[in-house]
Amino acid sequence: MNTSLETSTKTLSAKEPSWLAERRSAGLDRFKNLAMPTARAEEWRFASVGKLSIDNFNPVVAPSSATLDALTERSNLVSDRAGLMVYVDDAPANFECIGPELAKQGVIYLPISEAVEQHPDLMEKYFLQESTELGSQKFFGLHAATVKAGAMLYVPKGVEIEKPFVNYYWTSGGRAAVFPHTLIIAEDNSKASVVDIFFSETKDNEALNISVSNIHAGANAHVFRKVVQDWNEKTVSFQLDTTVADRDAQVKNVAVNIGAERARFENQTRIKGAGADVKMYSLTVAEGTQEFDQRTYQTHKAPNAVSDLLYKNALLDNSRTIFSGLIKVAEGAQQTDAYQTNRNLLLDPSADANALPGLEILANDVRCSHGATTGNVDKEELFYMMQRGIPQRVAMQLMVFGFFEEVIEKIDSEELVENLRQLIHQKFSGKIS
Amino acid sequence: MNHSIEVKNLHVSIDGQAILKGFNLTIPKGEVHALMGPNGTGKSTLAKVMAGHEDYIVESGEVLLDGVNILGQEPDEISHAGLFLAFQYPMEIPGVSIANFIRAAKQARLPEGEEINAIEYYKELYAKMDALKMDRKFTARSLNEGFSGGEKKRCEILQMAMLDPKYCVMDETDSGLDIDALRIVSEGVNLMRSEDRAFLVITHYQRLLDYIVPDVVHVMFDGRIVHSGDKELAKELESKGYDWVKEAFATASA
Repeated sequence: MNTSLETSTKTLSAKEPSWLAERRSAGLDRFKNLAMPTARAEEWRFASVGKLSIDNFNPVVAPSSATLDALTERSNLVSDRAGLMVYVDDAPANFECIGPELAKQGVIYLPISEAVEQHPDLMEKYFLQESTELGSQKFFGLHAATVKAGAMLYVPKGVEIEKPFVNYYWTSGGRAAVFPHTLIIAEDNSKASVVDIFFSETKDNEALNISVSNIHAGANAHVFRKVVQDWNEKTVSFQLDTTVADRDAQVKNVAVNIGAERARFENQTRIKGAGADVKMYSLTVAEGTQEFDQRTYQTHKAPNAVSDLLYKNALLDNSRTIFSGLIKVAEGAQQTDAYQTNRNLLLDPSADANALPGLEILANDVRCSHGATTGNVDKEELFYMMQRGIPQRVAMQLMVFGFFEEVIEKIDSEELVENLRQLIHQKFSGKIS
Repeated sequence: MNHSIEVKNLHVSIDGQAILKGFNLTIPKGEVHALMGPNGTGKSTLAKVMAGHEDYIVESGEVLLDGVNILGQEPDEISHAGLFLAFQYPMEIPGVSIANFIRAAKQARLPEGEEINAIEYYKELYAKMDALKMDRKFTARSLNEGFSGGEKKRCEILQMAMLDPKYCVMDETDSGLDIDALRIVSEGVNLMRSEDRAFLVITHYQRLLDYIVPDVVHVMFDGRIVHSGDKELAKELESKGYDWVKEAFATASA
């Protein structure tokens, strides 16, 4: 039990509305009462839970203004945007608020704490109301008890915003525990795009991340969320993300996962309204002894809806990935199209990819498929590329980028794609030999 | 001495089985030599060994490019030495576009730190695609993925033209092509024939040699060349069939 993190939660709730204080205290109870995960639990199968510890992390200490400025400077992956928030160790570093045009239309883009003060009704309705049910309930509890940093985006009915809102969550201090939160509320017929970026200041500042993101997509709303996770390899990370899609809503999630020592992803999609369409794409580059543990859950509770999941992992060295996905189609959810694909490319024989795809279908008129493949680099393809004079290292990089192209091409910003290619490229430089 | 490609007494095996058994061949610069023979006689093995494929064990012998032995070098080094192999079955590389692939191959030939000139590159690429009657939209397509047989082979010739090799080995480039595709591919090769380039054209069928007219035709059987002649030899082979080769040379090689 981490008492210093617990104590820090008490100071938060003093001046907050009672509903939030109650949610925090319920969270804290959950954190205290639930046991740490064990390898025997199905939800943690294959994960190295023995190495999982959150004891050594501390509440954050306010970073220096020089650090805030320096990291704001480095928050430059997306230049064309509707708004920007930069947090460093959960402290606000920079905030570009929305322009008067959007404000006039009723769009809200605020730090979580200000949103609680200024829009208590909205926040009471949506904030901390969704959590994943995939094994990390204890950690969600700690997040709920502790969260103070994050972005709230509210897009009213019929308002369409093309440019993305970009949120950077940095870690900087020694053994900091951070709890970033992104809340997206897209009302009926609205359109919004968000980029969440997780970065570390240096190669070796240790950190614990327990982040939560919730997307609420109203009827016929269009939401596009991109997530870039490039923590340093001294970070233990939990990303607990949910999407709730109402009638005819279209939600697209694209995740690029590069960093962390151990990264747990929980992604839960709840199809609530008929005709909704939710896409979940992810690419992961694992190296060294990194472990990426991905758990997904697609639930269809309404008919005629689509959910499509594609997770692609490239593994180097002794790295590990775990993909465990479940599609659940409720009795009345006829004409459901639900797909789930996990593809793993092993670049080293000692890398280890685990896949546990699953289906649970109670309706009788559906199209569902799930599948997982794990393969090595094709020797003949490599020979072909090298015969053209391309060195082996470059050839393997080309193959990996080719493998990822299916996911990368979903990203609509050329600038972001180029920056992501650079990040992936950096990870490879000197790695494949 | 004007010997461009020299293969000397080459013995090669795979999984303990001998495939090439004292293979000798000399192709002077400026010449096109055809290598014909029945299936399973070692033609494709020769091509792959020349390109540095790691699966084959070279027991003895040499492959010299302008006097330098390339056996034991990595495939990319052999490529940089000027040897190009047009594959019998070109690989499909998902997600890697033709333009990026050829660009990477050209970039690899530049000195460290020097970047390829993108404008010049595309100008050259488009000109060469036009000559091969390839749709420019192909540049964005994944390499060979979903291509027809003819498109794959045209893409091989495009790569060959872009990389400007001194020694070209073409492994059954004609297999699976209809007459139209064969004509286009052959024109592409004929345009590249020059005094300082040597070609080894491996084929099972005489038909290709109506379009790419060879200076010398070699007949290969059981791991070595058993007979050589001028272009008329190919026609003789076609009319007599490979059984003739087996009958005439099986005893000689036994």
